[in-house]
Amino acid sequence: MGRVLGLAIWIITLGSVWMFASKHWWFPESISEHGPLVDHQFAITIIVCGIAFAAAQIGLGWVVWKYRDSSAATRATYSHGNNRLEVVWTVVTAVVFISLAIMGQRVWASLHLHAAPAGSYTVEVVAQQFSWNFHYHGKDNVFGRTDPNLIDDSALNYVGLDDTDPNAKDDSVVSTLVVPVNRPVELILKSKDVTHSFFVPQLRFKQDLVPGMAIPVHFTVNKVGKYELACAELCGMNHYKMKSYMLVLPENEFSELVNLSQEKFQARKDELLAKYQLPQY
Amino acid sequence: MAEAIHEEVHRHPAPTGFIRKYIFSIDHKVIGIQYILLALTAVVVGLVMSVLMRLNLSWPGTNWPIMGTLFPTGAPGGIMSPEFYLSLVTMHGTIMVFFVLTTAPQGGFGNYFLPIQIGADDMAFPFLNMMSFWVTFVGFVVLLLAIFAEGNLTIGSWFSKLGESFAAGSGTVGPIGGWTGYAPLSALGKIAGPGQGAGVNLWIISIAIFCVGSLLGALNFITTLLNMRTRGMTLMRMPLTCWAWFTTAVLALLSFPVLLGGGILLLLDRVAGTSFFIPGGLYVSGSLVPLHNGGSPLLWQHLFWFFGHPEVYIAILPGMGATSHILSTFARKPIFGYRAMVFAIFAIGMLGFFVWGHHMFISGMSPYSAVAFSVLTLSIGVPSAIKTFNWLGTLWGAKIRFTTPMLFAIGFVSLFVAGGITGLVLGQTSLDFFFHDTYFVTAHFHLVMGVASIFGMFAATYFWFPKMFGRMMSESLGKFHFWVTFIGVYAIFVPFHAMGMVGMPRRYAQFGEYEFLKNTHGLVLFVTVAAIITAVVQLVFYFNFFWSMFKGKKAGDNPWEATTLEWNIPSPPPHDNFAGIVPEVYRGPYEFAVPGAAKDYIMQSEPEGGPVGAH
Repeated sequence: MGRVLGLAIWIITLGSVWMFASKHWWFPESISEHGPLVDHQFAITIIVCGIAFAAAQIGLGWVVWKYRDSSAATRATYSHGNNRLEVVWTVVTAVVFISLAIMGQRVWASLHLHAAPAGSYTVEVVAQQFSWNFHYHGKDNVFGRTDPNLIDDSALNYVGLDDTDPNAKDDSVVSTLVVPVNRPVELILKSKDVTHSFFVPQLRFKQDLVPGMAIPVHFTVNKVGKYELACAELCGMNHYKMKSYMLVLPENEFSELVNLSQEKFQARKDELLAKYQLPQY
Repeated sequence: MAEAIHEEVHRHPAPTGFIRKYIFSIDHKVIGIQYILLALTAVVVGLVMSVLMRLNLSWPGTNWPIMGTLFPTGAPGGIMSPEFYLSLVTMHGTIMVFFVLTTAPQGGFGNYFLPIQIGADDMAFPFLNMMSFWVTFVGFVVLLLAIFAEGNLTIGSWFSKLGESFAAGSGTVGPIGGWTGYAPLSALGKIAGPGQGAGVNLWIISIAIFCVGSLLGALNFITTLLNMRTRGMTLMRMPLTCWAWFTTAVLALLSFPVLLGGGILLLLDRVAGTSFFIPGGLYVSGSLVPLHNGGSPLLWQHLFWFFGHPEVYIAILPGMGATSHILSTFARKPIFGYRAMVFAIFAIGMLGFFVWGHHMFISGMSPYSAVAFSVLTLSIGVPSAIKTFNWLGTLWGAKIRFTTPMLFAIGFVSLFVAGGITGLVLGQTSLDFFFHDTYFVTAHFHLVMGVASIFGMFAATYFWFPKMFGRMMSESLGKFHFWVTFIGVYAIFVPFHAMGMVGMPRRYAQFGEYEFLKNTHGLVLFVTVAAIITAVVQLVFYFNFFWSMFKGKKAGDNPWEATTLEWNIPSPPPHDNFAGIVPEVYRGPYEFAVPGAAKDYIMQSEPEGGPVGAH
């Protein structure tokens, strides 16, 4: 039984390590400036995990193989442990784990512990049960006033934009996120009803949208294209299809689009949405 | 002095009537078995739900006629609706976490064996012990009602009389907020969609009741362990199982009150118009939510996870204790580094209170707090690694007897490593950008707190069954059960990591909406097949359990040649455990292979004088 169990543990270990090492199921290609750093940190972490995992499992397989009850040996070794060994492995794991923990803060800190860089383009994101609204400030660079009391989904005023505010005149609200390539983007994340989460796998970015809060986040996208945007926090029955797209445009196409008035913005955005293709999966 | 009190207060005569003996019993052994039976019942419900979830994920939109008959509103025409799927997600999680992983390991085996292993004749407060089980049982019944209050119009109508927020029959089988019940989805009531009515109220009430039961139990465990150890049973001579149950009880005592408080506040938000978790200016399902202002959704998450993280240790620590105990017994070798094991278990328990924020990195919490929580989280890996090293050290130079309990204990070590190691990935803020709420997380916690804990309980069941029922479980059925389950759980949960790698989100009723998920269909199908096979094989365990109770080979007092006090007394033990004789302990719990001893084990109760081991 010991040999079979040892073998079984080794085969499972091999299979699990292969699943990662083959990279058959892997991250989609990164499209953000910080993405490769996330991928790199993951690579380091998964190698450390892989080594620790394989060492422990191979060791476990080895001891059950080697120390199975064969009648030759009369008794097990009488030992209550070894303090020196305890100290060694405690110190080694502490150093490795804490180092990983500290390295694992770098990308996070670069995005979250700094304000959006100057020159960022700001979009307000307002999530609601099973759809996304993206509020653009238009030419004047100022968002029109919004008020929850003015929200009226049936009149298509999804974010409660105040039409009487002069700053609101050139604002647009659309259901697709359009951002410029190679320029920092700042999103102000809000929710009308329950907690949602903004997730674009290629972006290596996820952040909850919490009712009652306006959460500013920022990142820079460096690849033009069309990408799926998913909700990643359970928000009700149609959570699984609360989907939109993130459209990443060259600067000229982008600035042309966002300076259009609401109707033209909408129409042009739909054209562009059809023009760009999703990545090959 | 302490002993005089304990003899006077705690000895109660053996009951004679059926009801006092088997139903409202104050005997810790009967209560322990009641907890185990409750868990064995609950786990069937939870397991069937997981199979239904797999069916829906693999073949969405398929007509399952039987589902249409059982749940005419949740699965109209036999096709499972997305909200039906989410209610399965919610109830599967709630049932498994609370009524399986918290009841069997602690209330079940802890109740039965903690008093015996420390040489006591019962728990410190036998009546309280009975109360804690029956309170928990009521919690379970209320949870089952939560399913039917939403899904069954007749039962729903009973609750509708309690007021608007209980108006039910929304057409699903239960609440659909996930086991974490994030507010404000869980706080708004029916306007937030189907599955947010009476079912959620009953779900909260059930958990609140459960908290009370667990608190009563925790008080009892702590008092018993500190006050009722027999002569010679110093703290450092206790079996590691007792250390695990004790630490678990401390965690329960400190964490359940927080969930209880949070649950009450959530219920008040729903039924009494308060706004603890509901901010102002919400616009839900086409209308503005009046009368709510100033609440914080993040407050719920902090309260929930302040409990929720210690809860995962509540689930797994008893499994660690049982594994340590069983590994040493069948390795025929003392546990490696007893002191280090005790410190590690306590370190895990205490550190467990300072890491809840790692569930909330992307929740909108301060990113500075996230950094602190992240570093503390990876620190928990250190005592966890110490335990793993010590388990391997215990097996090194052993003379292993591959009994079924031993196989499951070895399986526990393997699964604990496999599940625990990915904590290094998920604990890093920068990687959480991608992995939060993907199947990578589902893989991690199912392996480590789900199946590793369950393997600990299987090991405990096969190990202590002869003591509890006086008969052995079938070894060949047990081994068959082990092999299929061990390979099966890996086949189910390793592919979950691959799904996580491509970014598959949790709690999706279907994956077909997204192009980036289209290459995962083969994986999803593979997992479903593995899950069905593994689930069906659990029937072998059930058969073995109940068949062996009556037909198993008779077990002697000490069939495993083990050392701790429960193996000194008859199987099953008499009503007051030690038949009125106060046992005395002379040595540590794991004296195997002592050089010069007559046998390869020396029991804790064996008096000084002969060849001895460490004290």
